[in-house]
Amino acid sequence: MENVKTISLARENTKVSSGRKTYICIMKILMALSVTFTCAITIFIIGYVLFKGIPNISWELLSTSPSYLSGKIGILPDIMNTLYILLASLVIVLPLGVGSAVYLTEYAKNKKLVGIIEYASETLSGIPSIIYGLVGMLFFCQFLGFQTSLLAGALTLVIMNLPTIMRTTQESLKTVPQSYREGAFGLGAGKWRVIRTVVLPNCVDGVITGCILSVGRILGESAALLFTAGFAHTLNGLISIQNGVITSGLSSSGSTLTVALYVYAKEQGEFEVAFAISAILMILTMIINLSADAVGRYFNKRRSS
Amino acid sequence: MKNKSKVFEDIIHGIFLILGLITVGCVLLITVYLIIAGIPAIREIGLFKFLFGKTWASTASPPSYGILPFIMSSIYGTAGAILLGVPVGFFTAVYLAKLAPLKVKKVVETAVKLLAGIPSVVYGLVGMLVLVPSIKKVFNLSDGASLFAAIIVLAIMILPSIISVSMTALESVPKEYEDASLALGATPIETYFRVSVPAAKSGIAASVVLGVGRAIGEAMAVMMVSGNVPNMPSLFQSVRFLTTAVASEMSYSSGLQRQALFSIALVLFLFIMLINVALNFFLKRDKEK
Repeated sequence: MENVKTISLARENTKVSSGRKTYICIMKILMALSVTFTCAITIFIIGYVLFKGIPNISWELLSTSPSYLSGKIGILPDIMNTLYILLASLVIVLPLGVGSAVYLTEYAKNKKLVGIIEYASETLSGIPSIIYGLVGMLFFCQFLGFQTSLLAGALTLVIMNLPTIMRTTQESLKTVPQSYREGAFGLGAGKWRVIRTVVLPNCVDGVITGCILSVGRILGESAALLFTAGFAHTLNGLISIQNGVITSGLSSSGSTLTVALYVYAKEQGEFEVAFAISAILMILTMIINLSADAVGRYFNKRRSS
Repeated sequence: MKNKSKVFEDIIHGIFLILGLITVGCVLLITVYLIIAGIPAIREIGLFKFLFGKTWASTASPPSYGILPFIMSSIYGTAGAILLGVPVGFFTAVYLAKLAPLKVKKVVETAVKLLAGIPSVVYGLVGMLVLVPSIKKVFNLSDGASLFAAIIVLAIMILPSIISVSMTALESVPKEYEDASLALGATPIETYFRVSVPAAKSGIAASVVLGVGRAIGEAMAVMMVSGNVPNMPSLFQSVRFLTTAVASEMSYSSGLQRQALFSIALVLFLFIMLINVALNFFLKRDKEK
């Protein structure tokens, strides 16, 4: 960076032909425009949603269920559904994702197999969520007989988030020094013992980062949940609250915040509620981004010290 | 004793092997299910009539199932989003990777990350309430929900992936290339655009392909701004994409109509697989260098 600066200072004193000058000028303008646009659009979307949404957030909205009798809308069922789906999918996806990452970095010797697994995980991360929703509906709801339920939605999200958890865990497993493993083996530990006591504790940062990324993705997901978890937020949300037990909530259908936002905005024209939900989602997104950064920094510091 | 622990280790190995194979299983599951569910309708309707039929009237009698409007809308919409989004993303990436002061870079990077994290329904909502009415006003249309609105929303949605992937590619260009160019008398900006960018072209191409994948697979935001009428695509008309065709009729469909929706998903899946192959090609080429 520094020598670039000195060179460019020197350059200003030498003559550059006018053709080159216009080229440089045009490129500079294009870059300035693009960066300004990117920043402006981000600020606009965030500002607009927060400005329109925050005034509509009230304790009543957050703490009640929608009722046809009073004609009032509450999003408590949607919040609870989102939490249920988050918990259920994380609980299932974590062992699967971490396990397959451990297999890839610690066990797998067959290069072809590793290639196939990695290709599969890349493919999974490229598949659009609407296709997940469709297959989830066919497989979990119909074939396995879960019906349209939160559990089916959570399982669909498990497949979607598998590549994320796998990738982040794998990356942090690769940073565990080989000498740790060799030391443990040298002390006579078996492979499983080495993994359990040396390798896994050192990849916590990857797992946490993967979790945060997945939480963000699950919060924002809508297309995959429309047909698997359903969007009848009114009645089914009530059931899952009355029973209070998570399992009973999981077997009933219910909409998450994003799906509720879609239904309120597109099908019922309740834009105030929709904006309130988007403001909540936006704030959550920001918190997730910040915490992902903070976790990354914390573990980097700990590692380097 | 020794045998026992060996058996134990083997069992553990087996468990991890199964966990490792889960992703492969998932991909197979998705592929097989889509093929099984998608083929019957194509068979019944006829491949040619299905792919190249220009009218989609699933609830009319007799119904007609031609998905050419969806395919063309998806292609036009994606192409439009790429046309608008790639230049903006590209120039932003060059600036961030090469020219921006550290503070500016950090701020803009945070903004890009936030943009990437916004749920697609929120994009849809903002598009529906800000973009669609303003398109209606500016172009004097009866309805602003159109292909154009979808293109703009998609262009914004693919920006973060284009910026971050291109940036990574640009940042990994060897410093010697740039130093040599500077020493030969090129100005920094000339160096970045004529040396660094060509050197990072695989990565930048990969970012474009990734953007294509995002745009073609997006459903909810498009559904909220594109009007959702199965027209052949034209810029200011309401259109329906492949993704939204599946999403919009799924809840009330039955029989052949439902099967035809699965076939649409199969077509979409084939598109995505093609894009994946292209993406792998560009990324591999980058690694080999």
